[in-house]
Amino acid sequence: MQAKIKKLETDILFTVFVLFGLTVSASLQAAENWNISGSVGGESRVFPNSPQYPAQLSGVQNTLLLNPELRYRSPNGRNLVRFAPNVRIDSRDSDRSLVDITELVWTWAGSSWETATGINKVFWGVTESRHLVDIINQTDAAEDIDSEEKLGQAMFNLTTQQEWGRVSAFMLAGFRERAFPGREGRLRTPLPVDTDHAEYESGAEENHVDVALRYSHYLGDWDIGGSVFRGTGREPRLQVNDTGTVLIPIYDQITQLGADLQYTREAWLWKFEGIARTGQGDTFAATVAGFEYTLYQLQQTSMDLGLLVEYLYDGRTDAAPVTIYDNDVFTGARLALNDIQNTSMLMGVVVDLKDQSTVFSIEAERRIGNSWKVELESRWFINVATKNPLQSLKDDDYLTLRVRRHF
Amino acid sequence: MNTLLHNLPKEIFVAIAFIALVLVNVSDALSTTNDQGYEIAARADRSDRGFGDSTVELQMILRNAAGQEATRTLWLNTLEIVDEHVGDKSMIVFDTPADIEGTALLSHAKILDPDDQWLYLPALKRVKRISSVNKSGPFVGSEFAFEDFTALELNKYDYQYLGEETCGDLVCDVIERVPRYEHSGYTRQVSWVDQDVYQVRQVEFYDRRNALLKTLNLEDYRAYDDGYWRAHRLAMVNHRTGKSTDLVYQDYVFGNGLTDRDFVKGVLKRQR
Repeated sequence: MQAKIKKLETDILFTVFVLFGLTVSASLQAAENWNISGSVGGESRVFPNSPQYPAQLSGVQNTLLLNPELRYRSPNGRNLVRFAPNVRIDSRDSDRSLVDITELVWTWAGSSWETATGINKVFWGVTESRHLVDIINQTDAAEDIDSEEKLGQAMFNLTTQQEWGRVSAFMLAGFRERAFPGREGRLRTPLPVDTDHAEYESGAEENHVDVALRYSHYLGDWDIGGSVFRGTGREPRLQVNDTGTVLIPIYDQITQLGADLQYTREAWLWKFEGIARTGQGDTFAATVAGFEYTLYQLQQTSMDLGLLVEYLYDGRTDAAPVTIYDNDVFTGARLALNDIQNTSMLMGVVVDLKDQSTVFSIEAERRIGNSWKVELESRWFINVATKNPLQSLKDDDYLTLRVRRHF
Repeated sequence: MNTLLHNLPKEIFVAIAFIALVLVNVSDALSTTNDQGYEIAARADRSDRGFGDSTVELQMILRNAAGQEATRTLWLNTLEIVDEHVGDKSMIVFDTPADIEGTALLSHAKILDPDDQWLYLPALKRVKRISSVNKSGPFVGSEFAFEDFTALELNKYDYQYLGEETCGDLVCDVIERVPRYEHSGYTRQVSWVDQDVYQVRQVEFYDRRNALLKTLNLEDYRAYDDGYWRAHRLAMVNHRTGKSTDLVYQDYVFGNGLTDRDFVKGVLKRQR
């Protein structure tokens, strides 16, 4: 199984760190243009149930998290260079360990044109339960199953901001394969994914240059966005190998159209995301649509309670990568205490309407003192039907405690 | 008809005439105090016309009832919009505490409608359009509501002149202002505007039950180049909870050349 910390990557990272360190100390007189920030922390993940598959770890999984960020802004303010690696060292599953340069990007901003060159992270979308239209960056599926962690993506991005909207064009090079847990890892597929032997539809494999275009604008209470992507799909199909020991990821060439929409009125946010994709079996569409309604200052306190409901549909065939969001409803509640410590909590349930498989999640976070942040996360797989892809996760209920020191 | 009139005593006519005279004078006086209140507020508003744009760094010091303190630092960029039917545009970018560094709030203020607001979350690099209907709610856990320290828009309120009072070394006009827009958390506010340079010195906020909720003192006023006054210390005390928040401003910088393009959701991700 491929260890994610390759020697070459660590060498590069070390060199970059040293170079930046030297440049920083050399330009102390221009110190106000430089900024070092980020966080260092650790997390402890506990699995109360025994694992489903042999070789899977049981008990506690600890991880060291290093997220420094270095920024340089030119005196005229137009140029910004940002370096933000994401380092994760897992105590039990080496495939979950990661050294990723999530951002190493130079952005230039003119009066109506902007560019971004380098490794960057870009987010598109408005919904909470599933980020359908967000396609630029590859998902780090080893960190967690909610697809919120992303890997860096090398790109050249040209954007123009006009009165009629914002148009952004992307040239994406250096395709990133999806990260998956290893054989010892929990929250994985029945057979582990062999990330060393990925296959590609395109002969250029990971060197295929992908392109994307996005238009976004707002009109009164409406925020709208439309996008098109052509290139290597970020979601691989997982196919059992000949000997039946591992899953091989297969990356297809796809074209995907995306649309995202939000209508904001009073305490209501109405959200929609939809995609149409060709290149993975029959052309299919998928959508997430719902609302968020906020009750402000509950019972004369300063607490806000947001209520979220989203419906998820995905019309893909078996020729496309497996998803659990084919016909589901998400309901959630977001409680913000609005206190000095920024205490907040998010609780959510996703239920499959066909077989009632349920995932229950809860996240809470709070600042401690001035520089520390504590996060609690928990996920429970309830009533999982045998045919549901969640089957392989059904004994992987977990509780995570994460502590970070920000600087 | 004639018989009816003749039968009424003279006193009734006198009474009716007197009441009519009083009513006319009272309504005259009422509209005078309304006009006067509006005029004083308009004069204060006019004193700020033409500032163009401004950037300022400020420190927010939050105190709970026990006296414990927490500090935030943030930047506030403002773009004056000359159209009377909309308000100014503003962008707030947080610097400390470290875990919210880079979090930014973009606001296109409206007069009677809720503002258009977008929030940027640096961890996910995500821009969210948020609901701004709760303008009077606590801003980042402080005693200030977002509308308490961002630009005061003249036509959001109805005004009533209440009288004159000394305020420190100055003499102030006291005006009551009632929000015209829906969803305000305040039934009314009372403001003290000095007669010298027409700046607001103190504001009292009355909650939905018309009880005194908060008092704001605006201190350390300094005049910038073209006569634009800015307070450099805003102290808000919440009488119900005993908590308070101070906003301490560094020097304002005007004439940054900011335009509408600097206040679009696309620029939020590159503020820090």
